[in-house]
Amino acid sequence: MLTYIVRRLLISIPLVLVLVFVVFILLRTLVPGDPALILGGETASVERLAQIRQEQGLDKPLLVQFGIFLGHVVQGNLGRSSITNEPVTERLWVALPVTLALTTSTFIYIMILGLTIGVVTAYWQDTWLDNVVRVLSVLSASMPTFWLGLMLMLLFAVTLGWFPVIGDLSPRGLFLPTITLGTGSAAGLGRLVRANMLDVLGSDYVRAARAKGVRESRVVLSHALRNTLIPVVTIAGFTIGGLLGGAVVTESIFGLGGLGTLAIIAIGTRDYAVIQGDVLFICVVYLMVNLIADVSYAFVDPRVRLQ
Amino acid sequence: MRLSTPALGSSKLRAPARPRAVVSRSTWSLALERFAYNRLALAGLALLGVLILIAVFANFLAPYNPIKRDFSITMAAPSNLHLMGTDPLGRDEFSRVLYGGRLSLYVGLASVILAMAFGVPMGLLSGYFGGWVDGTLMRLVDLILAFPGIIFAIWLVAMLGPGVNQVILANALFNMPGFARIIRGSVLTMKESDYVLAARGLGAGDLRILTSHILPNVLAPIVVLASLTVSDAILTAATLSFLGLGAQPPTPEWGALLSDGRPFLRNAWWLTVFPGIMLTLTVLASNIVGDGLRDALDPRKVLKRSPAG
Repeated sequence: MLTYIVRRLLISIPLVLVLVFVVFILLRTLVPGDPALILGGETASVERLAQIRQEQGLDKPLLVQFGIFLGHVVQGNLGRSSITNEPVTERLWVALPVTLALTTSTFIYIMILGLTIGVVTAYWQDTWLDNVVRVLSVLSASMPTFWLGLMLMLLFAVTLGWFPVIGDLSPRGLFLPTITLGTGSAAGLGRLVRANMLDVLGSDYVRAARAKGVRESRVVLSHALRNTLIPVVTIAGFTIGGLLGGAVVTESIFGLGGLGTLAIIAIGTRDYAVIQGDVLFICVVYLMVNLIADVSYAFVDPRVRLQ
Repeated sequence: MRLSTPALGSSKLRAPARPRAVVSRSTWSLALERFAYNRLALAGLALLGVLILIAVFANFLAPYNPIKRDFSITMAAPSNLHLMGTDPLGRDEFSRVLYGGRLSLYVGLASVILAMAFGVPMGLLSGYFGGWVDGTLMRLVDLILAFPGIIFAIWLVAMLGPGVNQVILANALFNMPGFARIIRGSVLTMKESDYVLAARGLGAGDLRILTSHILPNVLAPIVVLASLTVSDAILTAATLSFLGLGAQPPTPEWGALLSDGRPFLRNAWWLTVFPGIMLTLTVLASNIVGDGLRDALDPRKVLKRSPAG
């Protein structure tokens, strides 16, 4: 197990390096103009521009510049916002808890709803309940996240007034954003659990458990569900990764000041240092989450380790 | 494949009919037949067809000019005159929604075509030649997949500046790996097959084997993936437009319309409800069609009913 984790970690290092390089080189090649002006903003003073040139080694060859940039990134220095002049990392640390709170609550919501949907529709297969849930889940998978958010807001916040229009980190403030972000994934997970559950419910050991008189609830929830969980673990990891992307949109709808909102605002104000730092940060978190997912998958299914 | 049985039961004496050869039918005609028996898929196709027709003939169907402002009738609720109401600039929302479909569908299709234009050759080369070609191309694919898709798109569009073409490019880039991977996998099994060996024995070159022998046989997964990717691409494009990175005003596009309507959620619900319904219907229809195609083109699926028997 330990060798697997170490090997998996070692694979991620070059990936992170390439990631940093891509982010660095895209900003240099795709955005026309003086890099100092791009990073410092239109309103930067001559001294500030000179400082940026000196700090980033902009008079040196591109590869050296990348080396300097990489060194800064490793030290946690992502430059300063051209608008507020704050260090980018400081703004990221302020935004991170918001995104984490949203993705965590959404993850819990997806797991609870997805597993419930899967188990219920598999157990009562081909009944009206199954059909209704399936139609709803196809529908919610086709619904754009941001539209679902707007509609929930229109109904529950604007019309009924049950929840605040602008979200916050309280349970009430996170409720609508969580449902917005998670419903599509929960439907997807539900379908997966249903399919696996149907396989398992037809298997011999479930029949054996029933034959020896195990209570039905115990057969379903303990015998069957446990073996359905293996594929769920894989999907769960990728779901969290996907949530990070979806959070961008959801945050911006509900005015939550997370990493996504930070990026969108930075794009609007052409605050390239912030965009760059933010994207890099989200991508590294994404890689880490996928890493944890892979490791936990190997933990659940020993076959993975041996490959 | 089905064995067709010669008609029996005729009372006249005649020489026993010679069993006809196995009727060989192409994957496509079988798939078409399966698709035609899938009612849900047909309904999805019909819905998608209607939505495409609406978008194509928007200029005939729209009662008003979608970008013409009329300050005498701003933020009017839906009525007989304005079916979906008007926006804060007095533009007819119904006309804007009709025209909006054009851009959304165009972006969806263009993204997928571009993703295929990159991804299909990548997968073919990677699977066929293996070795360092495969290694290099697949590392590139891994790299793209290491980014969360929408973040990658947002980042790229932030660098390139907002606009429809930038959205198409970003969409194509992060959908390309899907095509490359699935085709590579098919080619890997395909290239060891007897007919490829036979073609090679007859002196066919690599290019000929790839284009006229392997490509036609990997078309099925390409078609399925393409149809499922269209809906993803439409959604991503709408999301980017909603965030202000795609279609720019005054061009009507569903994502942009939703973004425009959002500040007026409290007093003009029609601005956010209708474009969203159209968007959802489009994605739903292309998802259903995609699922139907997948079922129809899956050779493991047994034909449940056949018109002949």
